[in-house]
Amino acid sequence: MLKQLLAAVALVASSAAIAATGHEVHLDKAPINLTDKESLQRGARMFQNYCLGCHQMEYQRYSRTFRDLGIPDDVGMEQLAFTAKKVGDHIKNAAPKADLAVWFGAPPPDLTNVARVRGPDWIYTYLRSFYVDPTRPFGVNNEVFPLVGMPHVLQELQGVPHKQHETRLVDGEPKEVYVGIVTDGTGELSTEEYDRAVADLVNYLEYTGEPSKLESRSLGIKVMIFLLIFFVLAFLLKKEYWKDVH
Amino acid sequence: MFKNLMNWIEYRMPFMEKMNLHVMQYPAPKNFNFWYFFGSLAMLVLVNQILTGIWLTMNFEPSAERAFASVEYIMRDVDYGWLLRYMHSTGASAFFVVVYLHMLRGMMYGSYQKPRELLWIFGMLIFLVLMAEAFMGYLLPWGQMSFWGAQVIISIFGVIPGIGDDLTLWIRGDYVISGATLNRFFALHVIALPLVLVILVFLHIIALHEVGSNNPDGIDVKRPNDGQPVENNVSDKFTFHEYFTKGGKKIIVDAIPFHPYYTVKDIVGVVGFLIIFCAVIFFAPEGGGYFLEAPNFEPANPMKTPAHIAPVWYFTPFYAILRAVPDQLFGAIFMFLAIIFLALLPWLDRCSVRSVRYRSTFHKWNLVNFCISFVALGVLGVLPATPTYTLFAQIFSFTYFAFFGLLWLYSKNEKTKPLPVRLS
Repeated sequence: MLKQLLAAVALVASSAAIAATGHEVHLDKAPINLTDKESLQRGARMFQNYCLGCHQMEYQRYSRTFRDLGIPDDVGMEQLAFTAKKVGDHIKNAAPKADLAVWFGAPPPDLTNVARVRGPDWIYTYLRSFYVDPTRPFGVNNEVFPLVGMPHVLQELQGVPHKQHETRLVDGEPKEVYVGIVTDGTGELSTEEYDRAVADLVNYLEYTGEPSKLESRSLGIKVMIFLLIFFVLAFLLKKEYWKDVH
Repeated sequence: MFKNLMNWIEYRMPFMEKMNLHVMQYPAPKNFNFWYFFGSLAMLVLVNQILTGIWLTMNFEPSAERAFASVEYIMRDVDYGWLLRYMHSTGASAFFVVVYLHMLRGMMYGSYQKPRELLWIFGMLIFLVLMAEAFMGYLLPWGQMSFWGAQVIISIFGVIPGIGDDLTLWIRGDYVISGATLNRFFALHVIALPLVLVILVFLHIIALHEVGSNNPDGIDVKRPNDGQPVENNVSDKFTFHEYFTKGGKKIIVDAIPFHPYYTVKDIVGVVGFLIIFCAVIFFAPEGGGYFLEAPNFEPANPMKTPAHIAPVWYFTPFYAILRAVPDQLFGAIFMFLAIIFLALLPWLDRCSVRSVRYRSTFHKWNLVNFCISFVALGVLGVLPATPTYTLFAQIFSFTYFAFFGLLWLYSKNEKTKPLPVRLS
């Protein structure tokens, strides 16, 4: 009976693994590093220039971003915070919310926590998976988020992206397989530069999702060292007392 | 000076007397093993939840409009707010880890058997209140999973014939989950249920100290005093409260005072636990998406159903049973029976030998069956209900209940091993 049970458990585990991969698009690993302040600063600039028009960061304050990214308040206010009056303001836009919902079919989501909701790899792949599709209202579709209501706002950087297919053997038969996106080269950035710019933006979004991550790591290491020493002392104390019992 | 103060207090209130009774002169069996850490750890986590909860309450705003934003305020603008919140959210999961292991300990060593039935019942009540407390707490951050998880769980009450719809309306305080629901859950989560929890824990400990702690061998450490000296009895070295020796009528064998022996031992357990607990808090506060679920970082949106709604991991074994039964009403009944059968263990188990160490091989395998069924149901409850998974959930629901049925059948005439006279 136990053997059968164990076999059943193994079967459940393996089919779970299959379900997890499913039909989803393969996500590229976002090459991000939260300790890279310059990358975070470039990401913040990207966000202010390309995202803030429609999206907001309702829960993140400019002052927090400036402090954590090592940007002096006056420099930040002048170069990054175009719409804010005070450094303690939340990162919001002045766009008419009701109109945005009509224009795009749904209100553009708040992006403070987007990296925690979607994961950095998803955003990194998503922003590099737009392609030309004349049937869509904005002329672009997205491989990761089909029928998305968002235009390809980074097109001036990436160039006009097209879906690329290749004929490959699938189960012994030649089939057209999606292999990625190629651009026409009209963008301001090369493919490598574009990937780097998107990674910077994702790095910044990963940071805003959980600003405490910057301090929790270093505090955590101190706490762990303390606890490990405490554990040894507690164990020795116990041993000393229990001499009476053994 | 200090002694005078203590005497002054003692004259007016039996402080040292009670401390001796319950701590310094309480006889605890000398052979507690790893599994006996989880009782004191549950107390530690309870204190953690209460203290961090108080500080979170100082900045949390229980309204549909402000709840989500105020949690983000705690995470970003309150000094060490993120730490308080992660201690609380990780603490909730840790509470269930610790309590499930504590219950498994009781099942392994027969700690629910006579005379500890009432102690077990208090424990089960604590478990029930803890589930209610965790469920209501999970609504408070007002994220997508808070909202839709609560929607699913409250709708379970709707399957009760006749009164179901009115009952869900009464629980929610509205036709849908709304700010009214959030407000009442906040009140219950912050005041009513913690109060009940603390009282139940108090009763649990009073009941424990009345009947005495069980141990891995499942034999008594208090026995009638027949005047014969007991060889190599470590208890002879210590003074125990006369309440336990009944003025010399009972003799205590192989037990040691709770303090200092188990207090210093529990400190080791506490620090060991904190190493794991803090590793989660500082390096993986989402607990791989099981302690804090990704959709919950998006505010509650009644117009947008998440692709996959799963309750938090500690409810999933019971949720899997609910989904495994094709009929909703019977699904709900079986889910509640899964808990009620646990509470009935003292009467379902008719064996007089407590510890698994001296019980039949069949009982050992039955316990293994229970553990596998429980864990498998927990895994299945997280996964979407595909036909294959539903079939597995049905199989493991059957084996889960089979544990109790089989136990009742074989325990009456079980072939047990001879009990030792002394603790090993």
